[in-house]
Amino acid sequence: MSYNFAYLDEQTKRMLRRTILKAVAIPGYQVPFGAREMPMPHGWGTGGIQVTAAIIGADDTLKVIDQGADDTTNAVSIRQFFAKTAGVATTTRTEDASIIQTRHRIPEKKLHEGQILVYQVPIPEPLRWLEPRETETRKMHALSEYGAMHVRLYEDIATHGRIATAYDYPVQVNGRYIMRPSPIPKFDNPKMDMNPALQLFGAGREKRIYAVPPYTKVKSLDFDDYPFEVQTWEHSCALCGSEESFLDEIITSDQGDRMFVCSDSDYCQDRQTAGRREAAE
Amino acid sequence: MNDIAIEVGGLAKQFRLHTQGDVAIEVFRNLDFQVRFGECVALHGPSGCGKSTLLRALYANYTVGAGSIRVRHCGAWVDMANAEPRAVLSVRRHSMGYVSQFLRVIPRVPALEIVAEPLRLHGIDAAWARERASAMLARLNVPERLWNLAPATFSGGEQQRVNIARGFIAEMPILLLDEPTAALDAANRAIVADLILERKAAGTAIVGIFHDAEIREQVCDRMFEIEPFKVAA
Amino acid sequence: MSEQPLLRVEQLSRYYGARPACVDVTFDLWPGEVMGVVGESGSGKTTLLNCLSARLKPDSGRVLYDTRHHGLTDIYGMSEAERRLLMRTDWGLVHQNPRDGLRLSVSAGANIGERLMAVGARHYGNIRQEAVSWLGRVEIDEERIDDQPRAFSGGMQQRLQIARNLVTKPRIVFMDEPTGGLDVSVQARLLDLLRELVSQLGLSVVVVTHDLAVVRLLAHRLMVMRQGRVVETGLTDQVLDDPQHPYTQLLVSSVLQA
Repeated sequence: MSYNFAYLDEQTKRMLRRTILKAVAIPGYQVPFGAREMPMPHGWGTGGIQVTAAIIGADDTLKVIDQGADDTTNAVSIRQFFAKTAGVATTTRTEDASIIQTRHRIPEKKLHEGQILVYQVPIPEPLRWLEPRETETRKMHALSEYGAMHVRLYEDIATHGRIATAYDYPVQVNGRYIMRPSPIPKFDNPKMDMNPALQLFGAGREKRIYAVPPYTKVKSLDFDDYPFEVQTWEHSCALCGSEESFLDEIITSDQGDRMFVCSDSDYCQDRQTAGRREAAE
Repeated sequence: MNDIAIEVGGLAKQFRLHTQGDVAIEVFRNLDFQVRFGECVALHGPSGCGKSTLLRALYANYTVGAGSIRVRHCGAWVDMANAEPRAVLSVRRHSMGYVSQFLRVIPRVPALEIVAEPLRLHGIDAAWARERASAMLARLNVPERLWNLAPATFSGGEQQRVNIARGFIAEMPILLLDEPTAALDAANRAIVADLILERKAAGTAIVGIFHDAEIREQVCDRMFEIEPFKVAA
Repeated sequence: MSEQPLLRVEQLSRYYGARPACVDVTFDLWPGEVMGVVGESGSGKTTLLNCLSARLKPDSGRVLYDTRHHGLTDIYGMSEAERRLLMRTDWGLVHQNPRDGLRLSVSAGANIGERLMAVGARHYGNIRQEAVSWLGRVEIDEERIDDQPRAFSGGMQQRLQIARNLVTKPRIVFMDEPTGGLDVSVQARLLDLLRELVSQLGLSVVVVTHDLAVVRLLAHRLMVMRQGRVVETGLTDQVLDDPQHPYTQLLVSSVLQA
């Protein structure tokens, strides 16, 4: 069976591109779109896949990561999906990719102009925790009625003594719209600010696309007396020694032995290779 | 001769009781009346002739069918019969006080606060207002143990003394008194009479209903008869 | 005395199909005045309140509010953004059921602080301090600042709703049966509190109720409504002590004395 390039028909891709253009024109604003049925269920990145399918061309090189790793089932199957339906080159190296589709992490290596980062988003609406009505949240965004977002942070501090949100930490884009960055760790939030790459966000089940154009201000919400802080670890990566990357905690035995390892596998791999080369010299 | 405080012209009042088959009761008609600052006038006449009605009309507590009730307020005249509500409210707050026959009991509010309230409404500091209220209550022999209680459980005489204290404390230029000594014993009646005389000496215009002839004689300069203005039945 | 009324209502009318809900209502409300609106079920008083508080567009007539920067402005001529901002800052709305006016799943402190955060307050410590202060003013133990209002009694919820509304120092508050559904002793406490706050803050209030005792205690002025029309209006004590209209006389004479 042969597929149209990148699986979707041309009209659909056109519709998606129009949506993406609108999203780029209004940074952080959620644009509704007519999502298509994809050959995988919701919850498996259908939003991100549709965005990638709309923008990918024959000359592109695609990297797909899931929680920072290129080799999980999810990442592998998406990469193979595009390899089969678009015939594009794929890579695990961040600096070689023109399009990076990601679930729940931003790569450690700095991105450069011309790259596009496509995020998979489960729940796009930052106000949904407070307001179930779509009609009402749309109005709140339109009128910048964002008091409720700080109520959420206030509650965190009142309950935990600090802002406890560690993932999907809400941000304000270009001083205007408040956005959910998808369940990336708050550690990654600063990377979104003034990033040279284009950042696109696709939510398949909720049927929304939003965007952060290159070099756009992205500010994490906080209070003057409780400023935004990133996570830190006492450990460094057990494999490459990095003290600057986001570390996963891995339980290695039933006795509770654990080790801390970079979540970004490409980054860690490069550092290990460099380290071995240094040791050899 | 002192200035005129209240000038009533051509006043007419009628009650129409719709709940009693629309019966109309005319109280008075073409009533003219004048009170000057520094004088105390007693409204006089047989029971039911309209004394209380006239007093309440002066305060705009009752409406009137015709005529005007001009009252001196902040250097100008306000016609209580025809003025805007906010003008009437302003007169009541600054120029004219009314001491009703019975205290209107508000739940929970202690006697001291009830008495202090008119001062606080004038912007006077709460603590100072309470001090003045204490002094007034003490003068009227209201026992101190009652000051922080709500008057609902007080005797009639105690309630009335709280009422009087509240009415006199703000030292309004015009005072309307409806039977101020009715529920009081001789000693307290004397205190109230003193209060009235003090206010009069300070230039207050006072209009009152006094059933007690003795008090009336003591404090009033003249009587105003309502009967001539009554409508023949 | 200021020159402009705070609220000017001109021949306000609202119909439900052919049925008149409220017709030709006209009045001015000045700063510091409390206007009571009494009537029985079906009188139109709640419809009137909804039209006044920008929640229900009238079919004819105007509601003008004295805005801080543009003077008397037709509230239905404003943009929705302006209207909603007004409702969060200059205006208060106290619902009969406090649960309609609170965020139940959020702490008492956050309920009070929300309006402040909505207009840009960004210092947690200050917001919390303000919340503590307001809890004190409405006689809620400050220990309960982090509790959810779900756990509060009806009277406490109502007092919290009041605090939530007053924190941005509104100039006018619309109240719908503020003591409805509360026990008598609780009502007394709430009325006492409202009296104090109205006086201290110089609030203007429109309070809709069927309870004459509430207006006697709180309102300077009174409008009596029947079948959509205002049948009598005047100073509260005057309307209650010297009622003119047959319906008002009936209403006043029907109240049971305790």
